[in-house]
Amino acid sequence: MPPECIGYSDQTHWMIAIRDHQDREAFAKLFDYFAPRLKGFIMKSGIGAAQAEEIVQDVMLTVWRKAAQFDPHRAQVSAWIYQITRNRQIDITRKESRPVPEELKEDPGSEADASQVVGLEQEAGLLRQALANLKPEQREIIEKAYLGELTHQEISAETGLPLGTIKSRIRLGMERLRHELKDLKQ
Amino acid sequence: MSAVTHHIPDAMLAAYAAGTLPHAFAVVVASHVSLCDHCRVALAAHQTVGGVVLEDSDAVPVSSSLKDNLFAQLDAPFVPEPVYDRSGIYPGPVMEALKGRALKWKTLGMGVRQDILTEDAHGSVRLLYIPPGQAVPDHGHNGLEMTLVLQGSFSDETGRFGVGDVEIADEDLEHTPIADAGDPCICLAATDARLRFNAFLPRILQPIFRI
Ligand SMILES: [Zn+2]
Repeated sequence: MPPECIGYSDQTHWMIAIRDHQDREAFAKLFDYFAPRLKGFIMKSGIGAAQAEEIVQDVMLTVWRKAAQFDPHRAQVSAWIYQITRNRQIDITRKESRPVPEELKEDPGSEADASQVVGLEQEAGLLRQALANLKPEQREIIEKAYLGELTHQEISAETGLPLGTIKSRIRLGMERLRHELKDLKQ
Repeated sequence: MSAVTHHIPDAMLAAYAAGTLPHAFAVVVASHVSLCDHCRVALAAHQTVGGVVLEDSDAVPVSSSLKDNLFAQLDAPFVPEPVYDRSGIYPGPVMEALKGRALKWKTLGMGVRQDILTEDAHGSVRLLYIPPGQAVPDHGHNGLEMTLVLQGSFSDETGRFGVGDVEIADEDLEHTPIADAGDPCICLAATDARLRFNAFLPRILQPIFRI
């Protein structure tokens, strides 16, 4: 492993190897880790095993093809795969493609910042801990919300989740990216 | 140019990440996030929560053929999804909704014009062009409305909305947004109900104008 990646999670390592080297061994590891969890996640929303596997295959293929867009400075591997999965599920169930924001472009000169990547992983770990510590009924509401079972009116703005710290970490990660908006304002 | 001060509420960003937001509103959220780093960060935070829920899901073994099928496709040629870039004042998601067509402004009277981007049973999203001093067509009183300013600004009882700002109003909000002096105000407006621009046109004309 390159020395600058010490402290990264396995998932981040694998994803970077896939992104930078189309590394199939890493992709196999990523598959072994995520595919069963994805299948469980998708089946939670009432989709049968066979269709869930089709979606898993589709999502993992998208992960492979869109790997260049993965940026560990501002997204966890699981967060990135989560959004790909929900988008695919909407494409399939609603037969409409989901509008997505413009991609921010990486500054050509910017180098990987390991402390930022590790920092984001640590914040995500704390968020995970906070979720685990919720009362079961609170945790259930969170799961339902992110599984797409609640409308925005049903999602209480007050989820009790400490999103502030993860937000400031993501904001730091984004500062490496070119701000077209800022360009526009000048 | 002033910074964005009116943002997307957290519950709506969570619903957008989870995909439960009706398409018309999702176009507005994706457009606002394209213009607003504050909400881009907040959306990423919600995606992180979604990722935790995904990672903590009970693993269900996948059939042995799944991996083989997947790996057999890795080298297959594919057509990448088109990427829609910003064009002038119009963010990528608006360009995506236009699907490559040119703007087709239809006049609504008093110099106000509109171009309907998409419309279905769950709502509609349109561009509105409002000359300075004119009222923004009233698309409330019938559901939820989201209005994102792309050019110029408008003001109403709740404040001033400039480029990038989004106003969210439900039937409880009585307001009369008026385009400010300066450039004509161009907005992206979504609603989840059939519109009644009742301040504007007699009801009988609405089917003609599809509002
Ligand atoms: Zn915002």
